[in-house]
Amino acid sequence: MSDKFSRHKHLPDAVAKVAVTLCFAFTITVLASMLFYIIIRGISKIRFSFLFSQPSPLKGTYGIFPGIINTLYIIVLTLTIAAPIGIGAAIYLNEYAGTSRKFAKIVRLIDFTIETLSGIPSIVYGLFGAVFFGETLKLGYSILTGSLTLSLMVLPIVIRTSQEALRTVPQSYREGSLGCGATKWYMIWTVVLPCAKKGLTASVLLAVGRITGESAALLFTAGAVSRLPENWLTHPLSSGATLTVQMYFGVSSGKYIDEAFGIAFVLAFILLGIYFLSDFLTRQIHNKKG
Amino acid sequence: MEGHFIIEDFNLWYGDPSHKTRGTHALKHISIEIQKKEVLALIGPSGCGKSTFLRSLNRMNDFIDGIETSGKILLDQQDIYSPKTDVALLRKKVGMVFQKPNPFPMSIYDNVAYGPKIHGIRAKSQLDGIVETALKAAALWDEVSDRLKKPALGLSGGQQQRLCIARALAVGPEVLLMDEPTSALDPVSTNKIESLICRLKTRYTWIIVTHNMGQASRISDKTAFFLSGELVESGLTTQLFHMPKDKRLESYITGNFNFT
Amino acid sequence: MVKYVSQPSVKESASITAENLKSCGNSLFTNTRSIYYLWDILMYWIFTFCGISAVAAVLGISIYMVLAGIPAIQKIGLIKFLFGISWNPASSQPSFGIFPMILSSVVGTLFSVFLAVPIGVLTAVFLSELSPKWIYRSVRPAIELMSGIPSVIYGLLGAILLTPLVRRLENFFFRASVSHTFTGGANLLSAVIVLAVMILPTVIHISEISIQAVPGELREASLALGATKMETIFKVVLPAARPGILSGAVLGIGRAVGEAMAVMMVSGNTVNLPLPFHSVRFLTTGIVTEMGYSSGLHRQALFSIGLVLFVFILFLNLFLESTLKRGGSSNV
Repeated sequence: MSDKFSRHKHLPDAVAKVAVTLCFAFTITVLASMLFYIIIRGISKIRFSFLFSQPSPLKGTYGIFPGIINTLYIIVLTLTIAAPIGIGAAIYLNEYAGTSRKFAKIVRLIDFTIETLSGIPSIVYGLFGAVFFGETLKLGYSILTGSLTLSLMVLPIVIRTSQEALRTVPQSYREGSLGCGATKWYMIWTVVLPCAKKGLTASVLLAVGRITGESAALLFTAGAVSRLPENWLTHPLSSGATLTVQMYFGVSSGKYIDEAFGIAFVLAFILLGIYFLSDFLTRQIHNKKG
Repeated sequence: MEGHFIIEDFNLWYGDPSHKTRGTHALKHISIEIQKKEVLALIGPSGCGKSTFLRSLNRMNDFIDGIETSGKILLDQQDIYSPKTDVALLRKKVGMVFQKPNPFPMSIYDNVAYGPKIHGIRAKSQLDGIVETALKAAALWDEVSDRLKKPALGLSGGQQQRLCIARALAVGPEVLLMDEPTSALDPVSTNKIESLICRLKTRYTWIIVTHNMGQASRISDKTAFFLSGELVESGLTTQLFHMPKDKRLESYITGNFNFT
Repeated sequence: MVKYVSQPSVKESASITAENLKSCGNSLFTNTRSIYYLWDILMYWIFTFCGISAVAAVLGISIYMVLAGIPAIQKIGLIKFLFGISWNPASSQPSFGIFPMILSSVVGTLFSVFLAVPIGVLTAVFLSELSPKWIYRSVRPAIELMSGIPSVIYGLLGAILLTPLVRRLENFFFRASVSHTFTGGANLLSAVIVLAVMILPTVIHISEISIQAVPGELREASLALGATKMETIFKVVLPAARPGILSGAVLGIGRAVGEAMAVMMVSGNTVNLPLPFHSVRFLTTGIVTEMGYSSGLHRQALFSIGLVLFVFILFLNLFLESTLKRGGSSNV
């Protein structure tokens, strides 16, 4: 009897194990070879002139410095708009409106809207931004238009992840503070924000990652020009392609495939940095808890 | 006139979101006078309203939404539920220690200095003095004086709870509310906290929720027995424990009551 | 009853406490309070402003999307727009039927999800249940990192590495065909594969998290009944992790349906019915392709395509909200 049982049992078990392992091996091979392909084809392009010059059709040279500058401009401008409003809104929803039952239904509706908007395709934001900021507000193809569009795009993400960070602060800390006679803002400033600081930073870093990797929403808002800024102050009002957009045009023109891999390498490098920074921060949060 | 409570016909309802009605009647017609500098123990089975009552005394229930109250709670002749009441100042006068130790994730020093800073004390020397005296009063000074800058979360559970007491003392309260302060602690830590309450008895009015009959009889002057939202009996602890008038209180004390 | 005898020194310090604090309490405490109140009120209004402006932005864009999408649908007619099979906006007799694009988006997304979810879940099973620690430690962060890689990079790899292979396959299958329009590898099949690879890291990551979240007691209970490790995984752990895995799949659907650039680079981008070796245009790539030069009704029609995508994501989220969150809470 027992023999019969065990025989029936062990064969499928081994098969399942092999299948799962093979599946894993397949996935890892695909993903790893992609990564290595980017590194190998990209690293050969990484020269000083590639990183720190602009493309010049006359001389026939190619460089990504304008892309880097434009990306930085867009990151900074977008965060200036979206980070304070997003975190402030998260605090409002979590600490003020969210604690009152009067608003509970409205807050749930807002949460749902935010959730939905964080899933809307970025090209739809691009369409909206191009028409609303670009045409209605007459900002045209410019870094500012792109930044405003991306602000709308990352706002739901910043709000949602900031709310998650605020929710990790134990309720007992809030009670302890208010029990000492603290006002609400004092409680938020001295207890809630310091506890949620790392989570909030991680949420901003997530937004940076999204901005860096975004292309569809920028194509028709920030424009396609890869030139170094003539005036650093008014640069946001001129058209400028980020690294991803520059890369897209490089590929679709068919002329700059190797250069595109160079850009892919640089992008992967930047995102790696962001990843490690936010991983470091989240790990610190967990260490503190444990 | 410091820390003298008069409660007159106090009622509290928890709102019910699904009904338009008033919801649960959690405290029913509570009337009791709490003299200054006395230790009052609140006893009763779980869910009888004693914690709710305790949290009504410094309006910590305000944070639970849909609460409705009626009646009066007078602290030193002032109605704490009047719209003119400054809730933050009320909580400075009426401090609170919670069931689970909840030190902030800051240093030991900053935890104790937290309250005084709220209330406007900035001078380092003054803060130092307050921190030291508060920690001494909470019988924690000897254990932590050499590591005031270390994180408070590194302390043991019992030390954390005494730190929370020190934190409450540091704002200079007149009344201290304690919500089962020792239920999460081991017997030795419980003993330490009980002895510090006894030692500071004459300085503050203490109102303590406890499930531990022995604790109530050891530390309290008076006891109030709650049952399903009503104040059944209150009076001198010795009297209540040795000659309870109410049958339900008698069976609760002797452990024969089936409250489920 | 126990009596407490406190040491004299402590008693002394206690009395100092009370005196000291009292004096602070009366002299200093009340003076500075007003500033704190001012801050409290000011910050309340600042946060309320942030909350309201964020909500206004979020609601505003939703309403704008809906309003901007409606006119074209009204002019073209809902049925004609959604189910018309001819998309010819620039001709003198323009037609605006997006049915082929809807079909391409739906088919492309579904097939990429059908491809990615089983592979992703099994990979997550290996990663969290079977793999040695060193593999887990090195692979997990790599997967998480891959889920953040920009979609243009996936498009680039697809265009350079995948399309030549697909072209060979196409040439092999249709070597005798005279009617087939050759796509040179830029077709639905390539798009499906690129999308599948693109959402794979996300699916693995979320499945892995939800498998990890299954309590150890469940595994132990199953093993204690004599089930083998694999039986435990497939009959106990995966069912328990199902809500999480499902939400990972829904997230994957969302990403795939909304992807524009990667699809743009490998799908050929002509309006066709979705067959594996047809050059196809998705809803998203439809917007990308024509936004630069469209005007008038044509542009309004692009907003209507945006609205279709918006509604799609909305239903996806409603589905997630109603099924998963309810299922999740009943599981707990």
